[in-house]
Amino acid sequence: MAVVALLGGLCYFLVAESWGAIATLGLHRFFVDPSWYPQASGEGTFGLAPMLLTSLLLGALSLSLAVPISVSLVFFQRLYAGRRLGASLRLFVELLGAVPSVVYGLVGLSVVVPMINRASPPGSSLLAGVLVLVPMIVPTIAIVLDGSLERETRNLFMNAAALGLSRATLAFRVLLPSLRPTIAAGCVLALGRAFGETMAVLMVTGNVIQYPGSITLPVRALTSNIALEMPYALGVHRSALYLCGLILVMFTLPLFVLAKWSRRRGPA
Amino acid sequence: MSRGAVYADASGSARSAADRLAAMVLGVISAGVLLVVGLAFSGTIIEGMQNLSLAFFLEHPRSAGRAGGILPVLVSTATVLLLTLAFVVPVGIATALYLSEFSRGDSRASRNLRTALDVLTSFPSIVFGLFGNALFCGLLGLGYSVLSGSLTLAVMIVPFFARAAERILRDVDFELRLNAEALGMSRLGAIGFIILPSALPGLLSVLVLAIGRALAETAAVLFTAGYSLRAPESLFDPGRVLSVHIYDLAMNVVGGERNASSSAVVLMLFMATLSLAIMGIKHRWKR
Repeated sequence: MAVVALLGGLCYFLVAESWGAIATLGLHRFFVDPSWYPQASGEGTFGLAPMLLTSLLLGALSLSLAVPISVSLVFFQRLYAGRRLGASLRLFVELLGAVPSVVYGLVGLSVVVPMINRASPPGSSLLAGVLVLVPMIVPTIAIVLDGSLERETRNLFMNAAALGLSRATLAFRVLLPSLRPTIAAGCVLALGRAFGETMAVLMVTGNVIQYPGSITLPVRALTSNIALEMPYALGVHRSALYLCGLILVMFTLPLFVLAKWSRRRGPA
Repeated sequence: MSRGAVYADASGSARSAADRLAAMVLGVISAGVLLVVGLAFSGTIIEGMQNLSLAFFLEHPRSAGRAGGILPVLVSTATVLLLTLAFVVPVGIATALYLSEFSRGDSRASRNLRTALDVLTSFPSIVFGLFGNALFCGLLGLGYSVLSGSLTLAVMIVPFFARAAERILRDVDFELRLNAEALGMSRLGAIGFIILPSALPGLLSVLVLAIGRALAETAAVLFTAGYSLRAPESLFDPGRVLSVHIYDLAMNVVGGERNASSSAVVLMLFMATLSLAIMGIKHRWKR
């Protein structure tokens, strides 16, 4: 009802606002321009590439760390830990998921950045972003995985016990393959979350617009860019920021659709 | 939960070396990661708690927030939260009811509605900020205000709330509905007196989640409700929400980390208290 109107309205606004930028500059400039200096004298440049790359790298790297951690956590908690330890682990992970992203950013600023700074100044960097994102997305994956484990694998447990399999065998040879679709779905959701995360990333990555040549260089993600420049952007600059938003949605939406579709298929 | 423990006992005798190795590796990774994260947080939490005092809650900020308390911020936060809930709860429940009671589950309209809602939940929060800024601050002329912020948050939360509420409503025992019909209750009567009350515990849990999301949101509120440190005097005044305050102190104010930590502790305490309070209501309702 009104909700469909809402969805339509949202899309419309994003496109409408971005249109100014697209119209004035032509779409290709967003990818071809050397870098992002919207308020430079003359026309300004609007190269999105460094920031897009940063966002993608942040997502990919944090995901590759988060998946093994989540799987370890869930398997340990379900298969090896006693009842109480398992319950407390689960609680802790849920708590981690409930912490607001600003607080993650704060902790990142107070703890992670100084640590990296000692090894390689300035500390605010891609690495910091990844380290902060990982505990944020581990709960996302872990909860999905845990839910699936609890619901769909009771038979597997019983069968394996009847066959006398050890827990390690059960875990790695039986559960892992059958959970692959769920893990994939969790990954996709987590990637969407990492990609769209604004505050924590903003606070620890240094926000310098440059290509992430090394993992310790300060960089700026696409989301952070929007948050930082919206308060003072005007005209074409503003439209360009809306375009950034549009691009964000274009990335997260397919991810989300993918996750839903693979969930519906269910574990093999 | 107990499933795992059952299995642990069952294969207790079959502990091969590989099994022990796996246990150790998994345990070390899990414990290690959680410990590291826990330690990192504890530093900030302890610093924040040391700085807390009654004055912190009751004073106004001084010197851009480095010193003094957070009273106006608390006022803004509470206002925004209440307003947001005032929008989200009626609209969300109405939508959920429509989906679960008044339309056939597989009708085109309800499928489209569900898809639209799910799609909306996938949008990054900052996009809602952009939308809110364009619509509420710009087109509707509300400017930076508590009202804009709440409306934006409401738009962000309603899809998630409605879908979750729908699931809860669907879970209500089918028999109850049949009984209501057999007793000759009107549709609305059945909803008001039978279905909603029995779904209340679940709905309250969803409410808790929604509150959590509202309080945690920073970027979207940042460019709709504004930055101002003064307590809002009307719905059309700008105000700074607690999450934004933490961000500002941490990033823009030199020497603001201590108050930022304290504010973060306050935020988390606030969330925890609200959750516990609602859990308490849930518990008493069940009796």
